[in-house]
Amino acid sequence: MSKKSQAMDSDSTGVALDDAPLAEAVQAALAEASRQGASAAEAAASLGQGLSVNVRMGEVETVEHTRDRGLVVSVYFGQCTGSASTSDYAPAAVREAVLAACSIARYTQEDSCHGLADPERLATDAVDLDLDLYHPWRPSVDEARDLALVCEDKALSADARIDNSEGASVDAHEGCEVYGNTHGFIGYTRKSRQGISCSVIGTENGAMQRDYWYSAARRFGELDSAAEVGEQAAARTLRRLGSRRIPTCQVPVIYEAPVASSLLSHFIGAVSGGALYRKATFLLDHLGKQIFPEFVRIHEQPLLIGAMGSSSFDNEGVATAPRDIVSDGVLRSYVLGSYSARRLGMETTGNAGGVHNLTIDSGEQDLEALIKGIEKGLLVTELIGFGVNTVTGDYSRGVSGLWIENGEIVHPVEEVTVAGNLKDIFSNIVAVANDVDPRRNIRCGSIRVDGLTIAGE
Amino acid sequence: MTDTFKLVTDTLLVPAGLETSDIDRLMGRLLSQDIDYADLYFQYSRQEGWALEDGAVKSGSRSTDQGVGLRAVSGEKTGFAYSDEFVLPALAQAADAARAIAKSGGTTSPVQWRNAKSPPLYTPADPLSSLSDQDKVELLQAVEVQARACDPRVSQVMASLAAVHDVVLVARSDGQMTADVRPLVRLNVTVIVEQNGRREQGSYGGGGRFGYAWLREEDRAGSYAREAVRQALVNLEAVDSPAGTMTVVLGPGWPGILLHEAIGHGLEGDFNRKGTSAFSGRIGEQVASPECTVVDNGTIADRRGSLTVDDEGTPSQNTVLIENGVLKGYMQDTLNARLTGTASTGNGRRESYAHLPMPRMTNTYMLAGSHDPGEITASVDQGLYAVNFSGGQVDITSGKFVFSASEAYRIEKGKIGAPVKGATLIGNGPDVLTRVAMVGNDLELDSGVGTCGKEGQSVPVGVGQPTLRIDGLTVGGVEV
Repeated sequence: MSKKSQAMDSDSTGVALDDAPLAEAVQAALAEASRQGASAAEAAASLGQGLSVNVRMGEVETVEHTRDRGLVVSVYFGQCTGSASTSDYAPAAVREAVLAACSIARYTQEDSCHGLADPERLATDAVDLDLDLYHPWRPSVDEARDLALVCEDKALSADARIDNSEGASVDAHEGCEVYGNTHGFIGYTRKSRQGISCSVIGTENGAMQRDYWYSAARRFGELDSAAEVGEQAAARTLRRLGSRRIPTCQVPVIYEAPVASSLLSHFIGAVSGGALYRKATFLLDHLGKQIFPEFVRIHEQPLLIGAMGSSSFDNEGVATAPRDIVSDGVLRSYVLGSYSARRLGMETTGNAGGVHNLTIDSGEQDLEALIKGIEKGLLVTELIGFGVNTVTGDYSRGVSGLWIENGEIVHPVEEVTVAGNLKDIFSNIVAVANDVDPRRNIRCGSIRVDGLTIAGE
Repeated sequence: MTDTFKLVTDTLLVPAGLETSDIDRLMGRLLSQDIDYADLYFQYSRQEGWALEDGAVKSGSRSTDQGVGLRAVSGEKTGFAYSDEFVLPALAQAADAARAIAKSGGTTSPVQWRNAKSPPLYTPADPLSSLSDQDKVELLQAVEVQARACDPRVSQVMASLAAVHDVVLVARSDGQMTADVRPLVRLNVTVIVEQNGRREQGSYGGGGRFGYAWLREEDRAGSYAREAVRQALVNLEAVDSPAGTMTVVLGPGWPGILLHEAIGHGLEGDFNRKGTSAFSGRIGEQVASPECTVVDNGTIADRRGSLTVDDEGTPSQNTVLIENGVLKGYMQDTLNARLTGTASTGNGRRESYAHLPMPRMTNTYMLAGSHDPGEITASVDQGLYAVNFSGGQVDITSGKFVFSASEAYRIEKGKIGAPVKGATLIGNGPDVLTRVAMVGNDLELDSGVGTCGKEGQSVPVGVGQPTLRIDGLTVGGVEV
């Protein structure tokens, strides 16, 4: 979809976020922890504010003003730890939180792997790195409402079969965070996120279907237009009308880009420190082994300018850096924070709190070409349920989608499941299309997987 | 009897120096425009969590959160703002933001407050201080010891203990003021077992609205450990699940998640007012076999899903959703009840002061039928017997739902056979209960671990059912 510029970017009227009280609260918490005898401590304070306006059937439904604060502090007494959080930055509340954390640390048991990140790994040089993530947009309620109305109207007027709506929303959010620890590190981040979303219902032969679409970006000007979001929501609902079941079969499956990212989430879950040191993953001891076909490269791009998952340091202040997790289909690196790294006798990979702009490289083909290449198969457009077992890799989820015959989409499908084992799913990836979904922290195109079982009639 | 009102005002208002006259002023501010309904939701919440792994309690955390949610409703429009600062200027600012939803020109006659009291369904005692921290650690350690004592194949034990102390005060524009103090505790055990390089897991847990002492009574903590190990060991022997449509027998208790997903969400008042649910406009229709009666009952003492009053101050109820197979009613909050000319059923719930209330379930279950559970499994020639589930989800509009088995067996010629790997079951909500062929006489409620998510908000819920035989449910296995 095109990225039309909407000339309202960075409208900075309204109250700017002030991170000075956050830094003060962090410093106060660290100082109090030291006074209480803690050998080390870390604290993070955050402040967020936003507006969310939802319209439904041409009328405003809800207007929500949000403003959230939080302070989390962890203290270490040697190798024992405790943590506490509060929504109040008043000195008494900060002190109370530190005391609560210290009190817990008296009862938790020793673990030599606990502690702050190693000082030489902290992002001391990167804290001022400008990743261009903060473009606050502070629309008036009327402005946001008008955009949402345009969005929903486009969807409702797209086709006579679109006859109901769950509404359209315009969201503007901005937040700042300060992280500090007793190694002397302090890091500031500021991020904004704007979004337009729409969900409409269509009816055909008495059967209703719903689908939705959204656009999200750091900068208002990078959002798809409200009209485009509405049109796309309508198109996605319309293509589901007349859904039917299919017989149980084994055919190639394409995961459309917005749902394909879930396969990468399962992969990251299986190579993350917590699952590894607990031996709770089917990818235990797979470092250096072939997991995907040779053409697959999966990597992190934490320093991408303006992207949804960018960050110059992780939740422990450790510097992030671009790196390969999988290259030539081989697992090159786990996904670790300091604690899990020490448990495994390894080094942190800067992933305390998760991955940053996880990317699977695309091939030359677009989604249409993937569809063209299938004689009989299923394009999965929605997944429901939680049937994924990271310990064994067993995978079974409810899906709806579009049935493909001779390279063409012939009818929508619902009430079937797709099942297999993630290990097989990963090794049976046939292609990754170039229709990358930019709205999320996981950047991937549509993925074709062979060998799955579809359970239906 | 403890005076809940005094307890609540002492916790929420007194430390902030707020008085009833301040609530008057805020309500007056909310109502100074053309507003049909408004409410203030004061909340103070303390939570804690303790986690054990590798035989030691290595982490613990405690949090305090407090704030006020201010809502103004005009027709179908809702304005909402909240503040985590208990000071009048911040609250007045939030009130102004919330009321901006409506045109100016409302009445400002002062609200006459009346305290609405309902008999409490649980103790107001703070569960966090119901046990010493040392005893909490020892409880978790005992769980670990008991789990490992079950079987040498247990390779990892993870256990967690959590408690919430929630204090709320709801002041509504109709003058009703309601207080509630809600305890909640939960213990969860997950084990990993290992045999010849194969690993499997099992999980179990329980809890409710009381102090930690309940977990130490009747060897409950130990029984959770043993149950988690039993499930994990069963899964060590599990073979691939069959794929396709077949007869499925669901065990009693937690498999009631079927009802929560397949019909519960579809009967929430908001979806039905908007006509977006597959159940919209179907009151009075036969939507289940005549053996099925399903209720949402928030009035059971001490249950995880129970509430003395909901988050709008309405006493919870025992609402009949389906009676002898006929759809009887929806679950309502005040907004959707008002807009559809019905009454709230006490199902208006919110995750916290920072979220808007909406119709949510409490404890949703099917009443017992007439069949002996053994008779039910014996009646099936070929099928699946599923007794434990990990979770589920539903598409309200198409009615399609899924829920994932974590412990299941094949049924062959009326006998329970080999365990099969967790499979997802998928079906169509408005039609699945019409396929219920037999209802057991063994109604059980779950052990108190359910959490329901809707539009990003999580609330604790309960489910339950007797053993059920459903003819024709799709099993998402791999073996064709």
